[in-house]
Amino acid sequence: MAETHSLQDMRQQAAITAKVFIQRDYSSGTMCQFQTKFPSELENRIDKQQFEETVRALNNMYAEAEKLGSQSYIEGCLACLTAYTVFLCMETHYEKVLKKIAKYIQEQNDKIYAPRGLLLTDPIERGLRVVEITIFEDRSLTR
Amino acid sequence: MHLGVSESMRECEYSQISTRSSTPMETPYKKRTPKKRKWEIFPGRNKFYCDGRIMMAKQTGVFYLTLILILVTCGLFFTFDCPFLAQQLTPVIPVIGGVLFLFVLGTLLRTSFSDPGVLPRASPDEAADLERQIDVANGGTGYRPPPRTKEVVINGQTVKLKYCFTCKIFRPPRASHCSLCDNCVERFDHHCPWVGNCVGRRNYRFFYMFILSLSFLTIFIFAFVITHIILSSHQNGFLSALKNSPARYPFTVPLVVCFFSVWSIVGLSGFHTYLISSNQTTNEDIKGSWSSKRGKDNYNPYSYGNIFTNCCAALCGPLPPSLIDRRGFVEADVPQLAPPTNGITIYGSTQSQQSHTCDQDQCIQSTKFVLQAAATPLLQHQSSEPVILTTSPENGGTLPGRASLALTGPCTSLPLGQPTPPTSTSSLSCHEAADNNPLQESLFQHHFLTPEEVPSPPGMLHCGSPMGHSHTTQAGFYDPASQDSLHEDSVRGLVKLSSV
Repeated sequence: MAETHSLQDMRQQAAITAKVFIQRDYSSGTMCQFQTKFPSELENRIDKQQFEETVRALNNMYAEAEKLGSQSYIEGCLACLTAYTVFLCMETHYEKVLKKIAKYIQEQNDKIYAPRGLLLTDPIERGLRVVEITIFEDRSLTR
Repeated sequence: MHLGVSESMRECEYSQISTRSSTPMETPYKKRTPKKRKWEIFPGRNKFYCDGRIMMAKQTGVFYLTLILILVTCGLFFTFDCPFLAQQLTPVIPVIGGVLFLFVLGTLLRTSFSDPGVLPRASPDEAADLERQIDVANGGTGYRPPPRTKEVVINGQTVKLKYCFTCKIFRPPRASHCSLCDNCVERFDHHCPWVGNCVGRRNYRFFYMFILSLSFLTIFIFAFVITHIILSSHQNGFLSALKNSPARYPFTVPLVVCFFSVWSIVGLSGFHTYLISSNQTTNEDIKGSWSSKRGKDNYNPYSYGNIFTNCCAALCGPLPPSLIDRRGFVEADVPQLAPPTNGITIYGSTQSQQSHTCDQDQCIQSTKFVLQAAATPLLQHQSSEPVILTTSPENGGTLPGRASLALTGPCTSLPLGQPTPPTSTSSLSCHEAADNNPLQESLFQHHFLTPEEVPSPPGMLHCGSPMGHSHTTQAGFYDPASQDSLHEDSVRGLVKLSSV
């Protein structure tokens, strides 16, 4: 059987050895940011740089979602004037960014994390509390 | 998907975990049983209506009173006062009144029915991880230390983050646990019985708009009812205007209601305007968290510095989405990993060569191993597993008031994963077996219970009474050597559920 590193294969074959949780970083207030500290469990799995880049990109996207700019003000005022019924037809800016984040995580998983036996879980599925990284058993040695 | 030698014996149809599914809702497998929505197993004390679209607190009596007061007062105003005023003064008055009334109603319903910013409870994995970290920080003493706090510096101000024992998380800054709703709420302002809900990050602006527009409405009605009386009395004399039967109540009821409301509602609006402009919550203001009386250097780290920005941020800032995903489906039928004794660890599949019988006791057995595994610190090759206890339906009454959601996955799948009867052929899959075994269906009705003490150190570990079978787990209870693979696989299967 050909060795594959696709995520589907991995999830069906590999065993979970551990889960790492990247906690929230509250040093800049209540904004959604995650700690960029590199967890020791990932040391032999992935580059520190790569990991930090991923987390920083996520942080930037969340910052964009919660940014107080003219766009959010216009959206807020429009919503207020229409008694918030406008959200029945339109997506909020935050929701749009969340979709972007989901796509980004998917992409990161496919390209970078799955080949290394890791899996990122979208923080929204954990209530924006943590970034859950599942570490799978390294099968490349046992094959 | 074929996974190797053992696969040839297995014709199982198991669900593929799609990497594309970013939400648990999208898992592509056939439904075998009616899926439950997450609101049905929500651990907080909230009431849900319209299949999870509407969320309110448990006690809603006062909310109905609010609604009745508003409707009756406005109803009387529109029916009796407006025709007169429209005639005598201008028809614009009823129009403005109507607009105000609709705005008040809209914002009230929006405040009452929306999720105030409830933080979902931690999954068992997370809780276990946090507990471990806290233990390490406390020197691993093995007993529950005093209330846990974490300090963080925000904009130069030291803020203490408290650990919530119910939700098993460190509360973000400004979050608080509402004891009435039994939830942690982000940017918790207060629990308002008048709107029948908590007021938090997601509905604060609606609440403010509600009390603001209600102030205008009460002043409006008050003013125009008095105008009506004055104009009437010019025509007919003051006393006769009041005594005029059909008009008596339309005068007095709106007048009395509005008189009392004006003082309270306008006062409240003023108070909240002050809070918004200084970017504080009612909670913080009452506690005096940022008051200069506490210390010279005490200031509000969340304030943007000027009133205008604070107001804009509170009222026109981006609206965060609900974190609790009320209408999502609970994963109920992911095929479960049977704990095989032969050591073949296949993720997500049923091991068909089982030397054990797959009855409920066996399943409890594997659950026990899981609990123990969760209790022991994470070793390098062990998984951190979600710990789940299942209860049989008849024990529902003995459950503690809150049945916490252990994970989004179907924990019943673990016990249900090995439904194969002792004499089953190797070709049976868990799905097929699920069809054969009628016990499955009843077990699917289980509630998921977070064992409150499970993630804590081994010394504290015990199963609560909800377990239909009175077994207890103690650390070190099992023989690691022979049960390692057994528990590893059951654990893996469980973890898989939570990772969908």
